[in-house]
Amino acid sequence: MSAVTKQKSKRPLSPHLQVYRPQMTSVLSILHRLSGVALSLGLVMFAWWLLAAAYGPEAYRTFTDFAGSNIGMLFFFGWSAAFYFHFASGIRHLIWDSGRLFNIKHAYGAGYFVLFFTILMLALTWGGIFYYR
Amino acid sequence: MSGQNQIKSPLGRARGLGSARTGVDSWIRLRVTAVANILLAVWFVWFVKESVGMSHADFVAMLAQPINAIAMILLVIWMFFHASMGCREIVEDYVHHEGIKIFKLVGMYLFFFAVGLACIFSVLKIAL
Repeated sequence: MSAVTKQKSKRPLSPHLQVYRPQMTSVLSILHRLSGVALSLGLVMFAWWLLAAAYGPEAYRTFTDFAGSNIGMLFFFGWSAAFYFHFASGIRHLIWDSGRLFNIKHAYGAGYFVLFFTILMLALTWGGIFYYR
Repeated sequence: MSGQNQIKSPLGRARGLGSARTGVDSWIRLRVTAVANILLAVWFVWFVKESVGMSHADFVAMLAQPINAIAMILLVIWMFFHASMGCREIVEDYVHHEGIKIFKLVGMYLFFFAVGLACIFSVLKIAL
């Protein structure tokens, strides 16, 4: 095992991420995974929300106070950004899984749409929150 | 372990470690939960929008409505499955040290299961 590993480490590696110019396709692919991990970590907050509601008014109040604080809103801004992005990007991936939109033009077009959708939904969500507050 | 491996041919080492024949299954599960989450995400955005600024009593009353409680429990089940499988795929792709990998996979499994169960229990306690 160790002999094989040593031999392997001396061999040249095939080009990986760092040698390529960032492209829409690769950057969005990485962002899809990153946003997925961010959403997963955010599930702790999701659980706090439901648990607080189950515990009673005081615990729920503690949660909503946090959610309305600056740190809380920064967190939920990040979570909502990851949410909308992962939602749209996930649909793009599902369309690819069906064998469609594979050429460069369509892959880029759908990529721009994902970014447009994310920004639009973020603007609507947070515009609404600040407007009705 | 290492001595034995050096004697074995590369093919001999690979035998029995190859495809577990479950790859397609987990690939499909990730997509099926993704489709389920698309629909529930739309409901979830509506639900959160309604709940912003609500008192505890109003929030609990809204979540206790059967349609909302059912949707929330389905969302928890499929979202946690989806998150668990997605994170597992990422760890399997990028964590190459066997010990750390297993540590992370076990930790993630326990995390998602425990937190997901806490969510479902909370919804049931509110709704029932």
